[in-house]
Amino acid sequence: MLIKLTGGKVYDPANGVDGEVRDIFIENGRIVSPEPNAKVDQEYALHGRVIMAGGIDPHSHIGGGKMTIARMILPEDHIGNEVARTELTRAGVGHAVPSTMTTGYRYAEMGYTAAFEPAMLPANARQAHMEMADTSIIDKGAFVMLGSDDFFLRQLAGKADFSAIKDYIAWTMHAAQAIAVKVVNPGGISAFKFNQRKLDLNEKHTYYGVTPRDIILTLARGLTELGVVHPLHIHGCNLGVPGGYETTLETIRGSEGLPIHLTHIQFHSYGTEGDLKFSSAAAPIAEAVNANKNVSCDVGQVMFGQTCTASGDSMRQFVNTRSADPKKWVVMDIECDAGCGVVPFKYRDKSFVNALQWAIGLELFLLVNDPWRLFLTTDHPNGGPFTWYPHLIRLLMDKNFRRDMMQKINQDALKYSTLGSLDREYTLYEIAIMTRAGPARSLGLVDRGHLGVGAWADITVYDDNPDREAMFTTPELLFKNGELIVRNGKIVKVVNGGTHVARPSYDRGGIEKSLKRYFEDYHTVRMDNFRLSDDEIINGGRGSLIIQPTRARAA
Amino acid sequence: MESQKSSNSANHYENVACPFCGILCDDLEIGPSGDGLKVLKNGCAKSVAGFERPLAEPNPQVDGKDVSLDEAIATAARLIRESRLPSFGGLGTDVDGVRAIMALAEKGGGIVDHALSDAQYRNFRVLQSSGWVMTTLTEARNRADLFIIAGSDVHKLHPRFFERIVCNEASMFSDNPPKRTVVFLGEGLNESAVKGQERIGEVVTLPVKTERIGEVLDAMRALNKGATIPGNDIGGLPRAAVDDLLARCKAASYGVVVWAPPSLGFPSAELTVQAISEFVKDINLTSRFAGLALGGNEGAVSAGAVCGWQSGFPLRVSFASGKPDYDSERYAISRLLFAKETDLLLWLASFSPDLTPPDTDIPTILLGTPSIKPARTPKVYIPVGTPGLDHTGVMVRVDNVVSLPLRKLRQSKLPSAASVLEKIEAAL
Repeated sequence: MLIKLTGGKVYDPANGVDGEVRDIFIENGRIVSPEPNAKVDQEYALHGRVIMAGGIDPHSHIGGGKMTIARMILPEDHIGNEVARTELTRAGVGHAVPSTMTTGYRYAEMGYTAAFEPAMLPANARQAHMEMADTSIIDKGAFVMLGSDDFFLRQLAGKADFSAIKDYIAWTMHAAQAIAVKVVNPGGISAFKFNQRKLDLNEKHTYYGVTPRDIILTLARGLTELGVVHPLHIHGCNLGVPGGYETTLETIRGSEGLPIHLTHIQFHSYGTEGDLKFSSAAAPIAEAVNANKNVSCDVGQVMFGQTCTASGDSMRQFVNTRSADPKKWVVMDIECDAGCGVVPFKYRDKSFVNALQWAIGLELFLLVNDPWRLFLTTDHPNGGPFTWYPHLIRLLMDKNFRRDMMQKINQDALKYSTLGSLDREYTLYEIAIMTRAGPARSLGLVDRGHLGVGAWADITVYDDNPDREAMFTTPELLFKNGELIVRNGKIVKVVNGGTHVARPSYDRGGIEKSLKRYFEDYHTVRMDNFRLSDDEIINGGRGSLIIQPTRARAA
Repeated sequence: MESQKSSNSANHYENVACPFCGILCDDLEIGPSGDGLKVLKNGCAKSVAGFERPLAEPNPQVDGKDVSLDEAIATAARLIRESRLPSFGGLGTDVDGVRAIMALAEKGGGIVDHALSDAQYRNFRVLQSSGWVMTTLTEARNRADLFIIAGSDVHKLHPRFFERIVCNEASMFSDNPPKRTVVFLGEGLNESAVKGQERIGEVVTLPVKTERIGEVLDAMRALNKGATIPGNDIGGLPRAAVDDLLARCKAASYGVVVWAPPSLGFPSAELTVQAISEFVKDINLTSRFAGLALGGNEGAVSAGAVCGWQSGFPLRVSFASGKPDYDSERYAISRLLFAKETDLLLWLASFSPDLTPPDTDIPTILLGTPSIKPARTPKVYIPVGTPGLDHTGVMVRVDNVVSLPLRKLRQSKLPSAASVLEKIEAAL
């Protein structure tokens, strides 16, 4: 069946299309260029509408045990946010940590067609994928966490052959069905288990003797040489620490030109000026990002209200428990593999610290020049639920709205930020880069995030409403793989999304020889059972695999 | 699935995960024996009873009379359709089984609860009110130098826990790991598994009545903060013993308090779990310590997890209004049956024949193992297979982090609970 979307204003940055009026044709789920006289079976007249590829969230905690802990810990946050079952959709809850299916519906209702879980522990990968399989409609993928797992730290401390380290990185990506690799507080989660309370970039892990810098460089170089498209996804040292921006700058300087992605950079851009020794260091961070083309980042914008932070960074989260609101929290040491911390937070607009966090995030958005290297995230749910995205987009596109919002927050906070002096307004083209084309390119999704011929037809159609929050809250149409899923913000069809994975080449026999022994001697799970099979993802049609290409492996 | 391949010969399997307790040991070796299976290596009483159960394939029944599966499903669907408020209980199943129950409960407008929820709620209530610091099996196995076993006769629930987690020889962090101290804090706990073990240094026995363990932990917490506590008796223990235990905790490089919620069977036992958790939180300000909760048999952890991610709430959820409505007291199925607030019970028990439905006069649909013997003849009985024996599956382990794949080990005509439930849902 040939479907024609007629006369919309197309924003397709991957193909350099900036608001041109174009027709788009869909056949068998993909965007096609039909013969001039081909019979159109269905036509949507979209004159005056804005057309973009489906949104892609490159950093959203949607799967894995920590999210279910977060769900269970906050029943009071669900109350009043329950969602009834309909003939089409399942029941669930919304707000700070929505239930799995509701998460999928809400992303789709907002015009998003993919979201990526950035902190999948290898030991928890099976559950993470089960939760993502129960996340309706959208495609998903996950970044597997390395860098505080004892096998890797033993390799590093024992000066293992670099080829074997690369094999282990690749093995873990295959075993956990991942598309990329993330490092969280490099080595710090492990160090906390040895009662170390902080681990700065050049500080040695008390047991392994390695530094976070060693870990970052090894993983970044390993991924580059394995040909994994998405660079090492780094949640750096010293999250949330006043003065932590210096570590962030040092991480950028120390990356030796290797491609790196710094995640939720807002939480890593804090200075120590002022009476409360807490100030914005967004300007030097943005300057460093602008100057270093090997660096990309996402923001982790803070939004006001109740949320629940959920992170692999057990070391920093243990410190953050002092600010838990409500006062309950979970910290876990996990399987000689990783850790997690789940701490509810209420960001208040009248709080000096929270208001400044909000301002710092916006400053970063407005000071980083290249939207191809900066992605729109709230680090859901850490900075706030992803459902805030339309509001955030309006803050970026509408300086008068931004100024109005600035009036409502703690005014002292603004004295320690440059936000008031920034007049930049994002264009629709730039928003399309930050929320579609940029993440797709960064993640190596070859046929998503753009509207060129051959791409899968994940397409969002918006009313060109000058109130950008309203526009992005309720798209008129969403097509997923060419099927109409959402009409006027309401789900009209439910499908199961696929799972993006990347599979760099490696010497399986060699690395499994070491791993098998390691698992049998120390673990409580056997290597064969640790590894997820393809069948588990597919699970009789509940899911499917989308294998994205990697580049050739070097050495 | 690669791990489904048998090794050595036909019907000989290695690295098999055992679904018959919450620990999910996955190092079992299982081979054929006559018409059935034999646990060849790493078995325990529970796994032997489960895996070596003879295969039986009875017919489905309605009112005690054999019927076709289709007829049983149609009757079950009719009963759910006609019910005012159905209950979906037992939930002894794997992840796909719980997923299917959730879908059915939503469509049927009913309530979901697991047979062992009373025990799980001793933990859930603490999670929902104050939280905790926890660890997992591999972490404890390699890292802990002090284990405190709090009021739980672990052997009864998890026969191999001590063998695998406490008495293991190798440690990731030392070729010659330091000997461990094991403290039994409670009454009449079976200490046989650690006595005389190479890896164990001291075994300390502190006889405390189970319901007074919380008092001991609360006192230790206060003492750790510098408070003075008058008297020479704390929770029935000599003061010096409590001081000594606190000193051991402070000196440990990684201490672990182990408890099994099903063992804490007294009123308000969640306060004991909370006392443990708050003590562990506090001592983490200076040294590392963690809790490790056991239990979770009969698929209880999988049920809590799947219900948690799909509905937002950890069981005891009603879908009567279409929305998830959560009340951990009101929607306990035992209470609903007692108060006659539910008019239909669907009971699912696919692991143990002992997980029989409550003795009730309301109509019951039983999806159970072939050898289950309910007190009354259910309105509908559909024999189902056991995940990890008759069909593949996945379960979530007791520490709520690790999930394990379950394998099909024998040829059986028994359907999976998930497939039956999906058909009932389709027929609704």
